[in-house]
Amino acid sequence: MTLAGWIFMIGSIAVVVSLLVFCYYNVLCAPDKADHMHGRFDVDTPDLEKKHI
Amino acid sequence: MSAANNTEHWASRIGVILAVSGSAVGLGNFLRFPGQVAQNGGGAFMIPYFIAFLLLGIPICWAEWTMGRYAGSRGYHSAPGVFGLVSGRPAWRYIGVIGVLIPIVIYMYYVVIESWCLSYAFSYLSGSISLGADPSAYGTESGKFFTATVGAAENGLASHGRVHASVWWWAAVFVINFFLIYHGVAKGIETFCKFAMPVMSLCAIIVLVRVLTLGTPNPEFPERTVLNGLGFMWNPKPPKGSDDWMAALTNADVWLAATGQIFFSLSVGFGIIINYASYLRKDDDVVLSGLTASSTNEFFEVCLGGLITIPAAFVFLGASGAIGGTFGLGFNTLPVVFMYMPGGEFFGFLWFFMLFLAAITSSLSMLQPAIAFLEEALGVGRKTSVLFLGLLTMFGSLFVMYYSEGLVALDTMDFWVGTFLIFILATLQVILFAWVFGTDKGVREAHEGAQMRLPRVFPFVIKYISPIYLLTIFVFWCREKLPDYIQTLTGGGVALYTVGVIGATFALLVVVTARGGNRWRAEHEPI
Repeated sequence: MTLAGWIFMIGSIAVVVSLLVFCYYNVLCAPDKADHMHGRFDVDTPDLEKKHI
Repeated sequence: MSAANNTEHWASRIGVILAVSGSAVGLGNFLRFPGQVAQNGGGAFMIPYFIAFLLLGIPICWAEWTMGRYAGSRGYHSAPGVFGLVSGRPAWRYIGVIGVLIPIVIYMYYVVIESWCLSYAFSYLSGSISLGADPSAYGTESGKFFTATVGAAENGLASHGRVHASVWWWAAVFVINFFLIYHGVAKGIETFCKFAMPVMSLCAIIVLVRVLTLGTPNPEFPERTVLNGLGFMWNPKPPKGSDDWMAALTNADVWLAATGQIFFSLSVGFGIIINYASYLRKDDDVVLSGLTASSTNEFFEVCLGGLITIPAAFVFLGASGAIGGTFGLGFNTLPVVFMYMPGGEFFGFLWFFMLFLAAITSSLSMLQPAIAFLEEALGVGRKTSVLFLGLLTMFGSLFVMYYSEGLVALDTMDFWVGTFLIFILATLQVILFAWVFGTDKGVREAHEGAQMRLPRVFPFVIKYISPIYLLTIFVFWCREKLPDYIQTLTGGGVALYTVGVIGATFALLVVVTARGGNRWRAEHEPI
Protein backbone atom coordinates (compact mmCIF):
# COMPACT_ATOMS: atom_id res chain seq x y z
CA MET A 1 0.00 0.00 0.00
CA THR A 2 1.56 3.25 -1.09
CA LEU A 3 1.29 6.59 0.71
CA ALA A 4 -1.03 7.85 -2.02
CA GLY A 5 -3.18 4.72 -1.56
CA TRP A 6 -3.46 5.42 2.18
CA ILE A 7 -4.38 9.04 1.47
CA PHE A 8 -7.11 8.09 -1.00
CA MET A 9 -8.53 5.35 1.20
CA ILE A 10 -8.52 7.28 4.47
CA GLY A 11 -9.57 10.50 2.74
CA SER A 12 -12.55 8.83 1.03
CA ILE A 13 -13.70 7.08 4.19
CA ALA A 14 -13.24 10.28 6.23
CA VAL A 15 -15.34 12.30 3.78
CA VAL A 16 -18.16 9.75 3.80
CA VAL A 17 -18.14 9.14 7.56
CA SER A 18 -18.05 12.90 8.28
CA LEU A 19 -21.03 13.47 6.00
CA LEU A 20 -22.87 10.54 7.58
CA VAL A 21 -22.22 11.73 11.14
CA PHE A 22 -23.25 15.31 10.25
CA CYS A 23 -26.49 14.09 8.68
CA TYR A 24 -27.51 11.61 11.38
CA TYR A 25 -26.53 14.03 14.17
CA ASN A 26 -28.86 16.64 12.69
CA VAL A 27 -31.63 14.15 11.94
CA LEU A 28 -31.61 12.46 15.35
CA CYS A 29 -30.85 15.50 17.49
CA ALA A 30 -33.26 17.86 15.74
CA PRO A 31 -36.18 18.85 17.93
CA ASP A 32 -39.20 16.77 17.06
CA LYS A 33 -42.05 18.60 15.39
CA ALA A 34 -44.24 17.75 18.39
CA ASP A 35 -41.94 19.93 20.52
CA HIS A 36 -43.08 22.99 18.62
CA MET A 37 -46.76 22.28 19.09
CA HIS A 38 -48.61 23.49 22.10
CA GLY A 39 -51.76 22.17 23.71
CA ARG A 40 -54.51 24.72 24.18
CA PHE A 41 -53.88 24.95 27.94
CA ASP A 42 -50.17 25.76 27.36
CA VAL A 43 -51.03 28.92 25.50
CA ASP A 44 -50.71 31.90 27.80
CA THR A 45 -53.37 34.55 27.16
CA PRO A 46 -52.93 37.15 29.94
CA ASP A 47 -54.96 39.80 28.12
CA LEU A 48 -58.07 37.61 28.22
CA GLU A 49 -57.54 36.81 31.88
CA LYS A 50 -57.36 40.53 32.71
CA LYS A 51 -60.59 41.13 30.83
CA HIS A 52 -62.41 38.57 32.97
CA ILE A 53 -61.10 40.15 36.14
CA MET B 1 -60.28 5.21 -4.22
CA SER B 2 -59.05 8.46 -5.63
CA ALA B 3 -55.49 9.60 -5.41
CA ALA B 4 -56.53 12.44 -3.22
CA ASN B 5 -58.02 10.04 -0.72
CA ASN B 6 -54.79 8.08 -0.46
CA THR B 7 -53.58 9.17 2.96
CA GLU B 8 -50.63 6.83 3.36
CA HIS B 9 -47.65 8.45 5.06
CA TRP B 10 -44.34 7.41 6.54
CA ALA B 11 -44.61 6.82 10.26
CA SER B 12 -41.25 8.40 11.10
CA ARG B 13 -38.48 10.43 9.55
CA ILE B 14 -35.81 7.83 10.21
CA GLY B 15 -38.14 5.30 8.59
CA VAL B 16 -38.26 7.13 5.26
CA ILE B 17 -34.49 7.73 5.34
CA LEU B 18 -33.83 4.02 5.92
CA ALA B 19 -36.38 3.06 3.24
CA VAL B 20 -34.79 5.36 0.63
CA SER B 21 -31.26 4.29 1.53
CA GLY B 22 -32.40 0.65 1.59
CA SER B 23 -33.70 1.17 -1.91
CA ALA B 24 -30.33 2.54 -3.02
CA VAL B 25 -28.08 0.03 -1.24
CA GLY B 26 -27.94 -3.11 -3.33
CA LEU B 27 -25.56 -5.60 -4.88
CA GLY B 28 -23.79 -2.80 -6.77
CA ASN B 29 -22.48 -1.28 -3.53
CA PHE B 30 -20.68 -4.45 -2.49
CA LEU B 31 -19.82 -6.05 -5.82
CA ARG B 32 -19.78 -3.45 -8.62
CA PHE B 33 -18.14 -0.52 -6.82
CA PRO B 34 -14.91 -2.28 -5.71
CA GLY B 35 -14.39 -3.76 -9.18
CA GLN B 36 -14.91 -0.37 -10.81
CA VAL B 37 -12.38 1.29 -8.49
CA ALA B 38 -9.73 -1.39 -8.99
CA GLN B 39 -10.09 -1.34 -12.78
CA ASN B 40 -10.36 2.41 -13.28
CA GLY B 41 -7.41 4.13 -11.70
CA GLY B 42 -7.63 2.79 -8.13
CA GLY B 43 -7.76 5.65 -5.62
CA ALA B 44 -7.69 8.19 -8.47
CA PHE B 45 -11.20 6.95 -9.35
CA MET B 46 -12.50 8.62 -6.19
CA ILE B 47 -11.88 12.15 -7.53
CA PRO B 48 -14.37 11.91 -10.44
CA TYR B 49 -16.55 9.76 -8.18
CA PHE B 50 -16.99 12.48 -5.55
CA ILE B 51 -17.34 15.20 -8.22
CA ALA B 52 -20.19 13.21 -9.79
CA PHE B 53 -21.70 12.75 -6.32
CA LEU B 54 -21.75 16.52 -5.77
CA LEU B 55 -22.77 17.67 -9.26
CA LEU B 56 -25.08 14.88 -10.33
CA GLY B 57 -26.14 12.52 -7.57
CA ILE B 58 -27.09 14.96 -4.81
CA PRO B 59 -28.74 17.63 -7.02
CA ILE B 60 -30.93 15.09 -8.86
CA CYS B 61 -31.75 13.45 -5.56
CA TRP B 62 -32.92 16.77 -4.08
CA ALA B 63 -34.97 17.50 -7.22
CA GLU B 64 -36.71 14.10 -6.94
CA TRP B 65 -37.42 14.48 -3.22
CA THR B 66 -38.83 17.97 -3.78
CA MET B 67 -41.08 17.06 -6.73
CA GLY B 68 -42.29 13.92 -4.96
CA ARG B 69 -43.35 15.73 -1.78
CA TYR B 70 -44.89 18.61 -3.78
CA ALA B 71 -47.11 16.23 -5.77
CA GLY B 72 -47.76 13.85 -2.88
CA SER B 73 -49.24 16.61 -0.74
CA ARG B 74 -51.64 17.23 -3.63
CA GLY B 75 -52.66 13.58 -3.90
CA TYR B 76 -50.31 12.26 -6.60
CA HIS B 77 -47.92 9.42 -5.85
CA SER B 78 -47.04 7.87 -9.21
CA ALA B 79 -44.56 9.25 -11.74
CA PRO B 80 -47.24 9.98 -14.41
CA GLY B 81 -49.36 11.86 -11.86
CA VAL B 82 -46.34 13.70 -10.41
CA PHE B 83 -44.98 14.66 -13.84
CA GLY B 84 -48.42 15.85 -14.98
CA LEU B 85 -48.92 18.00 -11.89
CA VAL B 86 -45.40 19.45 -11.74
CA SER B 87 -45.36 20.34 -15.46
CA GLY B 88 -49.01 21.38 -15.73
CA ARG B 89 -49.10 19.58 -19.10
CA PRO B 90 -50.93 16.26 -19.70
CA ALA B 91 -48.27 15.12 -22.21
CA TRP B 92 -45.78 14.77 -19.35
CA ARG B 93 -47.97 12.06 -17.86
CA TYR B 94 -46.97 9.81 -20.75
CA ILE B 95 -43.30 10.62 -20.20
CA GLY B 96 -43.87 9.72 -16.57
CA VAL B 97 -44.85 6.20 -17.68
CA ILE B 98 -41.10 5.54 -17.94
CA GLY B 99 -40.96 6.13 -14.17
CA VAL B 100 -43.32 3.18 -13.67
CA LEU B 101 -41.89 0.96 -16.41
CA ILE B 102 -38.34 1.10 -14.99
CA PRO B 103 -39.10 -0.25 -11.50
CA ILE B 104 -41.53 -2.87 -12.83
CA VAL B 105 -39.12 -4.31 -15.40
CA ILE B 106 -36.11 -4.12 -13.08
CA TYR B 107 -38.13 -5.96 -10.44
CA MET B 108 -38.79 -8.76 -12.97
CA TYR B 109 -35.11 -9.72 -13.08
CA TYR B 110 -33.90 -8.29 -9.77
CA VAL B 111 -36.15 -10.65 -7.80
CA VAL B 112 -34.46 -13.53 -9.63
CA ILE B 113 -30.99 -12.35 -8.53
CA GLU B 114 -32.38 -11.81 -5.03
CA SER B 115 -33.48 -15.44 -4.94
CA TRP B 116 -29.93 -16.53 -5.87
CA CYS B 117 -28.63 -14.65 -2.80
CA LEU B 118 -31.13 -16.38 -0.51
CA SER B 119 -30.38 -19.73 -2.11
CA TYR B 120 -26.62 -19.24 -1.56
CA ALA B 121 -27.20 -18.11 2.04
CA PHE B 122 -29.24 -21.25 2.70
CA SER B 123 -26.58 -23.41 1.04
CA TYR B 124 -23.96 -22.03 3.44
CA LEU B 125 -26.26 -22.35 6.44
CA SER B 126 -27.10 -25.97 5.66
CA GLY B 127 -23.52 -26.80 4.64
CA SER B 128 -24.67 -28.03 1.24
CA ILE B 129 -22.23 -25.92 -0.77
CA SER B 130 -19.12 -27.87 -1.63
CA LEU B 131 -16.46 -27.08 -4.20
CA GLY B 132 -14.63 -30.39 -3.82
CA ALA B 133 -11.34 -31.27 -2.11
CA ASP B 134 -8.95 -30.00 -4.77
CA PRO B 135 -8.14 -26.30 -4.22
CA SER B 136 -6.94 -25.95 -7.80
CA ALA B 137 -10.45 -26.85 -9.01
CA TYR B 138 -12.33 -24.52 -6.67
CA GLY B 139 -12.76 -21.87 -9.38
CA THR B 140 -14.19 -24.33 -11.90
CA GLU B 141 -16.43 -25.96 -9.30
CA SER B 142 -17.69 -22.56 -8.15
CA GLY B 143 -18.65 -21.71 -11.73
CA LYS B 144 -20.45 -25.07 -12.06
CA PHE B 145 -22.29 -24.51 -8.77
CA PHE B 146 -23.46 -21.09 -9.95
CA THR B 147 -24.66 -22.44 -13.30
CA ALA B 148 -26.51 -25.26 -11.57
CA THR B 149 -28.02 -22.95 -8.94
CA VAL B 150 -29.40 -20.39 -11.39
CA GLY B 151 -30.19 -22.84 -14.20
CA ALA B 152 -27.97 -21.00 -16.69
CA ALA B 153 -26.97 -24.17 -18.54
CA GLU B 154 -30.13 -24.30 -20.61
CA ASN B 155 -33.44 -22.55 -21.18
CA GLY B 156 -36.57 -23.74 -19.41
CA LEU B 157 -37.96 -24.01 -15.89
CA ALA B 158 -37.39 -27.73 -15.47
CA SER B 159 -34.35 -29.92 -15.12
CA HIS B 160 -34.35 -33.74 -15.37
CA GLY B 161 -38.15 -33.75 -15.55
CA ARG B 162 -38.61 -31.74 -12.35
CA VAL B 163 -39.16 -28.06 -11.66
CA HIS B 164 -35.73 -26.50 -11.24
CA ALA B 165 -34.81 -25.63 -7.62
CA SER B 166 -34.18 -22.00 -8.64
CA VAL B 167 -37.90 -21.68 -9.43
CA TRP B 168 -38.86 -22.60 -5.83
CA TRP B 169 -36.37 -20.08 -4.41
CA TRP B 170 -37.71 -17.44 -6.77
CA ALA B 171 -41.31 -18.25 -5.73
CA ALA B 172 -40.43 -17.94 -2.04
CA VAL B 173 -38.74 -14.57 -2.52
CA PHE B 174 -41.54 -13.36 -4.80
CA VAL B 175 -44.15 -14.18 -2.13
CA ILE B 176 -42.09 -12.48 0.64
CA ASN B 177 -41.88 -9.30 -1.44
CA PHE B 178 -45.60 -9.17 -2.11
CA PHE B 179 -46.48 -10.08 1.48
CA LEU B 180 -44.44 -7.10 2.71
CA ILE B 181 -45.64 -4.67 0.05
CA TYR B 182 -49.28 -5.61 0.67
CA HIS B 183 -48.95 -4.22 4.20
CA GLY B 184 -48.36 -0.73 2.83
CA VAL B 185 -45.78 2.02 3.10
CA ALA B 186 -45.54 2.39 6.88
CA LYS B 187 -46.46 -1.11 8.09
CA GLY B 188 -44.77 -2.99 5.26
CA ILE B 189 -41.81 -1.17 3.73
CA GLU B 190 -40.87 1.08 6.66
CA THR B 191 -41.18 -1.59 9.36
CA PHE B 192 -39.11 -4.03 7.32
CA CYS B 193 -36.39 -1.49 6.47
CA LYS B 194 -36.07 -0.48 10.13
CA PHE B 195 -35.21 -4.10 10.86
CA ALA B 196 -33.27 -4.96 7.69
CA MET B 197 -30.91 -1.97 7.49
CA PRO B 198 -29.36 -2.40 10.97
CA VAL B 199 -29.10 -6.19 10.48
CA MET B 200 -27.44 -5.62 7.10
CA SER B 201 -24.95 -3.18 8.67
CA LEU B 202 -24.16 -5.67 11.43
CA CYS B 203 -23.57 -8.53 8.96
CA ALA B 204 -21.33 -6.31 6.82
CA ILE B 205 -19.31 -5.10 9.82
CA ILE B 206 -18.76 -8.67 11.08
CA VAL B 207 -17.54 -9.75 7.61
CA LEU B 208 -15.39 -6.60 7.39
CA VAL B 209 -13.68 -7.34 10.71
CA ARG B 210 -13.05 -10.92 9.56
CA VAL B 211 -11.50 -9.76 6.28
CA LEU B 212 -9.31 -7.06 7.87
CA THR B 213 -7.93 -9.56 10.40
CA LEU B 214 -7.03 -12.24 7.86
CA GLY B 215 -3.33 -11.22 7.87
CA THR B 216 -1.35 -13.43 5.48
CA PRO B 217 -3.42 -16.63 5.39
CA ASN B 218 -1.29 -18.51 2.86
CA PRO B 219 2.45 -18.67 3.78
CA GLU B 220 3.22 -19.84 0.23
CA PHE B 221 2.25 -16.38 -0.99
CA PRO B 222 3.70 -13.92 1.57
CA GLU B 223 2.83 -10.96 -0.67
CA ARG B 224 -0.91 -11.74 -0.44
CA THR B 225 -1.60 -9.68 2.67
CA VAL B 226 -4.69 -7.69 3.61
CA LEU B 227 -2.65 -4.51 3.31
CA ASN B 228 -1.59 -5.39 -0.23
CA GLY B 229 -5.22 -6.28 -0.98
CA LEU B 230 -6.28 -2.82 0.15
CA GLY B 231 -3.41 -1.37 -1.88
CA PHE B 232 -4.54 -3.34 -4.95
CA MET B 233 -7.81 -1.48 -4.77
CA TRP B 234 -6.88 1.94 -3.38
CA ASN B 235 -3.38 2.69 -4.76
CA PRO B 236 -3.83 5.21 -7.59
CA LYS B 237 -2.87 3.57 -10.87
CA PRO B 238 -1.84 5.14 -14.15
CA PRO B 239 -3.85 4.17 -17.25
CA LYS B 240 -2.23 1.98 -19.90
CA GLY B 241 0.64 3.70 -21.65
CA SER B 242 1.39 6.15 -18.84
CA ASP B 243 3.56 6.21 -15.71
CA ASP B 244 1.73 8.99 -13.90
CA TRP B 245 -1.49 8.14 -12.05
CA MET B 246 -2.68 11.72 -12.57
CA ALA B 247 -3.15 10.74 -16.22
CA ALA B 248 -6.13 8.65 -15.04
CA LEU B 249 -7.95 11.92 -14.47
CA THR B 250 -7.69 12.79 -18.15
CA ASN B 251 -9.05 9.38 -19.17
CA ALA B 252 -12.70 9.53 -20.34
CA ASP B 253 -13.29 5.88 -19.35
CA VAL B 254 -12.45 6.63 -15.71
CA TRP B 255 -14.93 9.54 -15.63
CA LEU B 256 -17.57 7.45 -17.37
CA ALA B 257 -17.14 4.60 -14.88
CA ALA B 258 -17.15 6.90 -11.83
CA THR B 259 -20.20 8.83 -12.96
CA GLY B 260 -22.06 5.66 -13.89
CA GLN B 261 -21.31 4.15 -10.49
CA ILE B 262 -22.65 7.19 -8.59
CA PHE B 263 -25.63 7.44 -10.87
CA PHE B 264 -26.76 3.82 -10.54
CA SER B 265 -25.80 3.50 -6.91
CA LEU B 266 -27.98 6.36 -5.65
CA SER B 267 -31.10 5.05 -7.43
CA VAL B 268 -31.73 8.40 -9.09
CA GLY B 269 -33.76 8.20 -12.29
CA PHE B 270 -35.57 5.01 -11.18
CA GLY B 271 -38.91 6.67 -10.36
CA ILE B 272 -38.54 5.37 -6.81
CA ILE B 273 -37.42 8.43 -4.83
CA ILE B 274 -40.26 10.50 -6.34
CA ASN B 275 -42.75 7.91 -5.19
CA TYR B 276 -41.26 7.47 -1.69
CA ALA B 277 -41.05 11.26 -1.18
CA SER B 278 -44.71 11.61 -2.15
CA TYR B 279 -45.66 9.95 1.16
CA LEU B 280 -44.03 12.76 3.14
CA ARG B 281 -46.20 15.38 4.79
CA LYS B 282 -46.18 18.89 3.35
CA ASP B 283 -43.86 20.30 6.03
CA ASP B 284 -41.52 17.31 6.28
CA ASP B 285 -37.88 18.07 5.55
CA VAL B 286 -36.55 16.93 2.17
CA VAL B 287 -33.11 18.57 2.01
CA LEU B 288 -31.44 16.95 5.01
CA SER B 289 -33.39 13.70 4.60
CA GLY B 290 -32.27 13.38 0.97
CA LEU B 291 -28.66 14.06 1.90
CA THR B 292 -28.83 11.58 4.78
CA ALA B 293 -30.23 8.80 2.58
CA SER B 294 -27.48 9.45 0.00
CA SER B 295 -24.73 9.49 2.63
CA THR B 296 -26.02 6.19 4.06
CA ASN B 297 -25.71 4.67 0.61
CA GLU B 298 -22.17 6.04 0.31
CA PHE B 299 -21.25 4.56 3.69
CA PHE B 300 -22.27 1.08 2.54
CA GLU B 301 -20.47 1.55 -0.75
CA VAL B 302 -17.16 3.22 0.18
CA CYS B 303 -16.65 2.18 3.81
CA LEU B 304 -17.99 -1.39 3.65
CA GLY B 305 -18.04 -2.44 -0.02
CA GLY B 306 -14.68 -0.74 -0.60
CA LEU B 307 -12.94 -2.66 2.18
CA ILE B 308 -14.40 -6.17 1.96
CA THR B 309 -14.67 -7.71 -1.48
CA ILE B 310 -11.37 -6.95 -3.23
CA PRO B 311 -9.06 -7.42 -0.20
CA ALA B 312 -10.78 -10.76 0.61
CA ALA B 313 -10.39 -11.99 -2.96
CA PHE B 314 -6.79 -10.71 -3.15
CA VAL B 315 -5.44 -12.44 -0.02
CA PHE B 316 -6.65 -15.86 -1.17
CA LEU B 317 -6.60 -15.63 -4.96
CA GLY B 318 -4.09 -12.89 -5.78
CA ALA B 319 -4.49 -9.98 -8.18
CA SER B 320 -5.97 -12.05 -11.02
CA GLY B 321 -8.74 -13.40 -8.78
CA ALA B 322 -9.69 -10.01 -7.41
CA ILE B 323 -11.00 -8.65 -10.70
CA GLY B 324 -14.41 -9.47 -12.05
CA GLY B 325 -17.88 -8.21 -12.88
CA THR B 326 -20.76 -8.05 -10.41
CA PHE B 327 -21.90 -11.65 -10.88
CA GLY B 328 -18.39 -13.06 -11.39
CA LEU B 329 -17.05 -11.50 -8.20
CA GLY B 330 -20.13 -12.17 -6.11
CA PHE B 331 -21.22 -15.64 -7.12
CA ASN B 332 -18.04 -17.24 -8.54
CA THR B 333 -15.04 -15.67 -6.80
CA LEU B 334 -16.33 -15.12 -3.27
CA PRO B 335 -17.52 -18.73 -2.77
CA VAL B 336 -13.92 -19.76 -3.52
CA VAL B 337 -12.70 -17.20 -0.96
CA PHE B 338 -15.07 -18.65 1.66
CA MET B 339 -13.69 -22.14 0.97
CA TYR B 340 -10.23 -20.93 2.00
CA MET B 341 -11.37 -18.65 4.82
CA PRO B 342 -11.42 -20.05 8.39
CA GLY B 343 -15.11 -20.22 9.41
CA GLY B 344 -15.96 -19.76 5.74
CA GLU B 345 -19.41 -21.35 5.96
CA PHE B 346 -20.52 -18.93 8.67
CA PHE B 347 -19.09 -15.88 6.93
CA GLY B 348 -20.45 -17.09 3.57
CA PHE B 349 -23.91 -17.28 5.11
CA LEU B 350 -23.57 -13.79 6.64
CA TRP B 351 -22.34 -12.37 3.34
CA PHE B 352 -25.11 -13.79 1.16
CA PHE B 353 -27.79 -13.09 3.76
CA MET B 354 -26.57 -9.49 3.81
CA LEU B 355 -26.76 -9.37 0.00
CA PHE B 356 -30.29 -10.79 0.22
CA LEU B 357 -31.34 -8.03 2.65
CA ALA B 358 -29.68 -5.41 0.42
CA ALA B 359 -31.60 -6.81 -2.54
CA ILE B 360 -35.00 -7.13 -0.87
CA THR B 361 -34.99 -3.56 0.46
CA SER B 362 -34.34 -2.52 -3.15
CA SER B 363 -36.91 -4.81 -4.74
CA LEU B 364 -39.64 -3.64 -2.35
CA SER B 365 -38.99 -0.09 -3.47
CA MET B 366 -39.53 -1.16 -7.08
CA LEU B 367 -43.07 -2.40 -6.39
CA GLN B 368 -44.48 0.61 -4.54
CA PRO B 369 -44.35 3.09 -7.50
CA ALA B 370 -46.35 0.65 -9.63
CA ILE B 371 -48.89 -0.02 -6.88
CA ALA B 372 -49.39 3.72 -6.37
CA PHE B 373 -49.81 4.10 -10.14
CA LEU B 374 -52.47 1.39 -10.41
CA GLU B 375 -54.35 2.72 -7.38
CA GLU B 376 -54.36 6.23 -8.80
CA ALA B 377 -54.99 5.49 -12.45
CA LEU B 378 -57.56 2.71 -12.11
CA GLY B 379 -59.10 3.82 -8.83
CA VAL B 380 -58.66 0.36 -7.34
CA GLY B 381 -57.68 -0.63 -3.80
CA ARG B 382 -54.36 -2.00 -2.63
CA LYS B 383 -55.47 -5.63 -2.82
CA THR B 384 -56.46 -5.36 -6.48
CA SER B 385 -53.38 -3.40 -7.47
CA VAL B 386 -51.10 -5.88 -5.67
CA LEU B 387 -52.84 -8.75 -7.46
CA PHE B 388 -52.58 -7.04 -10.86
CA LEU B 389 -48.91 -6.17 -10.34
CA GLY B 390 -48.21 -9.65 -9.00
CA LEU B 391 -49.54 -11.25 -12.18
CA LEU B 392 -47.66 -8.82 -14.43
CA THR B 393 -44.30 -9.19 -12.69
CA MET B 394 -44.76 -12.95 -12.31
CA PHE B 395 -45.11 -13.26 -16.07
CA GLY B 396 -42.01 -11.11 -16.68
CA SER B 397 -40.00 -12.86 -14.01
CA LEU B 398 -40.87 -16.34 -15.31
CA PHE B 399 -39.86 -15.11 -18.77
CA VAL B 400 -36.43 -14.16 -17.39
CA MET B 401 -36.11 -17.52 -15.64
CA TYR B 402 -37.27 -19.50 -18.66
CA TYR B 403 -34.69 -17.85 -20.91
CA SER B 404 -31.93 -18.40 -18.38
CA GLU B 405 -29.34 -19.83 -20.77
CA GLY B 406 -26.42 -17.42 -20.70
CA LEU B 407 -28.68 -15.01 -18.75
CA VAL B 408 -29.51 -13.28 -22.06
CA ALA B 409 -33.02 -12.09 -21.08
CA LEU B 410 -31.74 -10.71 -17.78
CA ASP B 411 -28.83 -8.94 -19.44
CA THR B 412 -31.06 -7.44 -22.16
CA MET B 413 -33.55 -6.05 -19.62
CA ASP B 414 -30.71 -4.69 -17.50
CA PHE B 415 -29.21 -2.88 -20.48
CA TRP B 416 -32.32 -1.34 -22.07
CA VAL B 417 -34.28 -0.58 -18.90
CA GLY B 418 -31.79 -0.77 -16.01
CA THR B 419 -29.28 1.46 -17.78
CA PHE B 420 -30.52 3.12 -20.99
CA LEU B 421 -33.98 4.22 -19.78
CA ILE B 422 -32.60 5.35 -16.41
CA PHE B 423 -30.33 7.84 -18.17
CA ILE B 424 -33.34 9.06 -20.17
CA LEU B 425 -35.62 9.41 -17.14
CA ALA B 426 -32.99 11.17 -15.03
CA THR B 427 -32.36 13.69 -17.81
CA LEU B 428 -36.10 14.30 -18.24
CA GLN B 429 -36.51 14.76 -14.49
CA VAL B 430 -33.75 17.36 -14.38
CA ILE B 431 -35.36 19.21 -17.29
CA LEU B 432 -38.77 18.99 -15.63
CA PHE B 433 -37.50 20.34 -12.31
CA ALA B 434 -35.11 23.02 -13.55
CA TRP B 435 -36.71 24.21 -16.78
CA VAL B 436 -40.44 23.44 -16.50
CA PHE B 437 -41.18 23.65 -12.77
CA GLY B 438 -38.52 26.35 -12.43
CA THR B 439 -35.56 26.51 -10.08
CA ASP B 440 -36.96 29.44 -8.07
CA LYS B 441 -40.18 27.61 -7.36
CA GLY B 442 -38.28 24.37 -6.84
CA VAL B 443 -35.93 25.89 -4.26
CA ARG B 444 -38.85 27.56 -2.44
CA GLU B 445 -40.67 24.22 -2.34
CA ALA B 446 -37.55 22.38 -1.12
CA HIS B 447 -37.11 24.91 1.69
CA GLU B 448 -40.64 24.28 3.03
CA GLY B 449 -39.99 22.60 6.38
CA ALA B 450 -36.31 22.11 5.49
CA GLN B 451 -33.88 21.65 8.34
CA MET B 452 -30.98 22.95 6.26
CA ARG B 453 -30.88 25.21 3.22
CA LEU B 454 -29.84 24.14 -0.24
CA PRO B 455 -26.43 25.47 -1.31
CA ARG B 456 -26.65 28.79 -3.16
CA VAL B 457 -25.06 27.18 -6.21
CA PHE B 458 -27.79 24.49 -6.43
CA PRO B 459 -30.06 26.31 -8.97
CA PHE B 460 -27.13 26.86 -11.34
CA VAL B 461 -25.91 23.27 -10.97
CA ILE B 462 -29.33 21.64 -11.51
CA LYS B 463 -30.18 23.95 -14.42
CA TYR B 464 -26.94 23.80 -16.39
CA ILE B 465 -24.25 21.53 -14.98
CA SER B 466 -26.31 18.40 -14.20
CA PRO B 467 -28.08 18.13 -17.60
CA ILE B 468 -24.92 18.87 -19.58
CA TYR B 469 -22.94 16.41 -17.44
CA LEU B 470 -25.66 13.75 -17.85
CA LEU B 471 -25.97 14.19 -21.60
CA THR B 472 -22.21 14.13 -22.11
CA ILE B 473 -21.85 10.90 -20.18
CA PHE B 474 -24.88 9.47 -22.00
CA VAL B 475 -23.38 10.21 -25.42
CA PHE B 476 -20.04 8.61 -24.48
CA TRP B 477 -21.84 5.63 -22.96
CA CYS B 478 -24.04 5.13 -26.05
CA ARG B 479 -20.99 5.31 -28.31
CA GLU B 480 -19.30 2.61 -26.27
CA LYS B 481 -22.17 0.21 -25.51
CA LEU B 482 -25.06 0.75 -27.91
CA PRO B 483 -23.67 -0.77 -31.14
CA ASP B 484 -23.14 -4.21 -29.55
CA TYR B 485 -26.66 -4.38 -28.14
CA ILE B 486 -28.27 -3.17 -31.36
CA GLN B 487 -26.25 -5.80 -33.20
CA THR B 488 -27.60 -8.45 -30.79
CA LEU B 489 -31.17 -7.30 -31.43
CA THR B 490 -30.84 -7.54 -35.17
CA GLY B 491 -29.91 -11.19 -34.67
CA GLY B 492 -33.42 -11.84 -33.25
CA GLY B 493 -33.90 -14.60 -30.66
CA VAL B 494 -34.20 -14.12 -26.91
CA ALA B 495 -32.88 -10.54 -26.91
CA LEU B 496 -35.61 -9.51 -29.35
CA TYR B 497 -38.32 -11.34 -27.36
CA THR B 498 -37.13 -9.52 -24.26
CA VAL B 499 -37.45 -6.13 -25.92
CA GLY B 500 -40.93 -7.27 -26.99
CA VAL B 501 -41.85 -7.95 -23.35
CA ILE B 502 -40.56 -4.50 -22.36
CA GLY B 503 -42.52 -2.90 -25.22
CA ALA B 504 -45.73 -4.76 -24.31
CA THR B 505 -45.40 -3.67 -20.66
CA PHE B 506 -44.87 -0.09 -21.78
CA ALA B 507 -47.95 -0.23 -24.02
CA LEU B 508 -50.05 -1.60 -21.16
CA LEU B 509 -48.89 1.20 -18.86
CA VAL B 510 -49.69 3.82 -21.52
CA VAL B 511 -53.25 2.47 -21.77
CA VAL B 512 -53.63 2.59 -17.98
CA THR B 513 -52.24 6.14 -17.97
CA ALA B 514 -54.78 7.22 -20.59
CA ARG B 515 -57.53 5.79 -18.42
CA GLY B 516 -56.00 7.47 -15.39
CA GLY B 517 -55.99 10.78 -17.23
CA ASN B 518 -59.79 10.75 -17.34
CA ARG B 519 -59.96 10.04 -13.61
CA TRP B 520 -57.36 12.69 -12.74
CA ARG B 521 -59.21 15.29 -14.82
CA ALA B 522 -62.47 14.46 -13.09
CA GLU B 523 -61.14 14.37 -9.54
CA HIS B 524 -58.38 16.96 -9.42
CA GLU B 525 -57.43 20.26 -10.83
CA PRO B 526 -56.68 19.84 -14.56
CA ILE B 527 -53.17 18.69 -15.26
